[in-house]
Amino acid sequence: MLTYIARRILYSIPVLIVVSFVTFWGLRLAFDPLQKYRGQHNSASILPVQRHRLGLDKPIYVQWFKWFTKAIRGNLGVSDRTNNAVWGDLIHHLGTTIHLVVWGTLISALIAIGVGVYSAVRQYSIGDYTFTGLSYLGIAMPPFWFGLMAIVLLVTFPKTHWNLSQPIFYSIGLHSSGQSGIFNLDYVRHLALPVATLVVQSVAAWSRFERAAMLDVLGADYVRTARAKGLPRRRVIFKHAFRNALIPLVTVMALDTAALFGGLIITEQIFAIPGMGRYFLQSLNAGDAPALLGWVLLTAIILITANLLADIFYGVLDPRIRLG
Amino acid sequence: MTIGEVIEPTENVEVELVAGAEAVPRTQWQLFRRRFFRHRLAVISLVVLVVLSFACFFADWVAPYDINKLDLSLLGVVKGPSWHHWMGTNEQGKDQFSVILHAGQISLKIGFAVALLSTILGVMMGSAAGYYGRFIDRILSAITDGFLVVPQLAVLAVMLQYFGHTDTVIIFVLAALGWTYIARVTRGQVLSLKEKEFVEAARASGASGPRIIVRHILPNMIGPIMVNLTLSVAGAIVTESTLTFLGFGIQPPKTSWGLMLSDNEGAVNDTSKMHLLLFPGMMLLIVVLCVNFLGDGLRDAFDPQAKHST
Repeated sequence: MLTYIARRILYSIPVLIVVSFVTFWGLRLAFDPLQKYRGQHNSASILPVQRHRLGLDKPIYVQWFKWFTKAIRGNLGVSDRTNNAVWGDLIHHLGTTIHLVVWGTLISALIAIGVGVYSAVRQYSIGDYTFTGLSYLGIAMPPFWFGLMAIVLLVTFPKTHWNLSQPIFYSIGLHSSGQSGIFNLDYVRHLALPVATLVVQSVAAWSRFERAAMLDVLGADYVRTARAKGLPRRRVIFKHAFRNALIPLVTVMALDTAALFGGLIITEQIFAIPGMGRYFLQSLNAGDAPALLGWVLLTAIILITANLLADIFYGVLDPRIRLG
Repeated sequence: MTIGEVIEPTENVEVELVAGAEAVPRTQWQLFRRRFFRHRLAVISLVVLVVLSFACFFADWVAPYDINKLDLSLLGVVKGPSWHHWMGTNEQGKDQFSVILHAGQISLKIGFAVALLSTILGVMMGSAAGYYGRFIDRILSAITDGFLVVPQLAVLAVMLQYFGHTDTVIIFVLAALGWTYIARVTRGQVLSLKEKEFVEAARASGASGPRIIVRHILPNMIGPIMVNLTLSVAGAIVTESTLTFLGFGIQPPKTSWGLMLSDNEGAVNDTSKMHLLLFPGMMLLIVVLCVNFLGDGLRDAFDPQAKHST
């Protein structure tokens, strides 16, 4: 197990190097680091000086190597937009995003497992058909449109038609001003809609997947054996089938984390939540290359870790799988 | 068996035989058509998509109002749906139904073009990787690994910011990033098909690699390719609208369903303008839903034995 983890971590290093180099190169092509000096009246004399100071006269791989050696020591440079250290900015925004990621994943997983198991156990029942229909809708629903409609119907509509002084759910930020902490109603009222926006799509896809996995397991020989022994149906479903039907879902969830981070960009934009996704958009609109580089690096590390954890978890859940 | 008909023995079997009731040989295409038309949702979806595409691409004739002409009496007056304006009017005093049809042109065009381009690219890369292995295979898996650790939406946004926002650029950028999935599918299929006897026979009679791929392997996997082509239309349309909504896609004066949503984002604070958000999104939902049903129908029709999760 330990050698496996060590090997996976070693393997992710070249991936990170390649990804960071391609990003570095692409961003250097896309954004001109000297942009802010170009319009100045003495640009002719300033440009060569700045070009040399920023190391832009060196080949691209030398520039990248300089950035990378600093980056692995935790120095991601200074943001052009905020003039803060990129690392500090990123950690700050990650702290906000964590709320969405944790609740989004947790709630999606719980609902998806519940719906999937129910649909499989009661295959072709009215409930199963209802959930199937809903999941088709959920998969086809553009997430940003869901977010917008949720704001109109659940925030604006109750406020204007029932003359409430404040809405039932909020559509901006994580807390009202002066509020903090996560175990209060204010937090729930802020988080409900953005989390729902994140949840809709993953639940639709994951519950279909969990249903298929559960049906697979219910048809397996050991389930028939358990039934033949005369065990109660409930016990067979939850003790024998359910646990094994969870295993494949773990992989799908891990593969979807990249999509989740993409989804955060939209969700945080709609609900004005100052997290990683919004940081990315603001940096991109400002042409802030150091911030974007840091963002890609941190996201890549998070996603690699998520995939690694999923594989380890996979091995723990299913002893038949030998990692190595 | 594949015809799916049960011939029940009756007493007057001989009479029927005399009447010429031998099994009518059916071509692959006829079998495919029969299976497809049995999938009712897929047929309905196909009809909806065809009608919708027709209405959008001939919007100049179909649309009830000319969107280039301004009705000054409606300017600034946002009206909800009515008999005269099925989907209401927008802030510029235009009939929203007409605008939606014109916007659909771009959304659908991008969806179809991206699906076609990325499928062609993906099939080429995937079959090369599966058949020849080695170098191309490594590149393919490296790119796939890369997308596992960087959100695609982020890459697309950066690329569009750099290359510009015209529809041609959007089509090529989306296709350039969208081909990996179909490439992986193709690779897997080619890997298993190339071990089959008919490929060996072709090779033994001296057929070249490209010829074997194009003439012998690809025709055997037309099903998965067509299904993926269909489904990727939905993916491309949603991705385009998402990017446009974030401000990286289509720019005015052109318009797409995504841009209509982003233009009217302010309507979230005013329920009387809700229709400005409802209908463009509804169009996206309907198109994606229909495309997905169509894909399901095609999958069943191409491969009736296949086990699937739905």
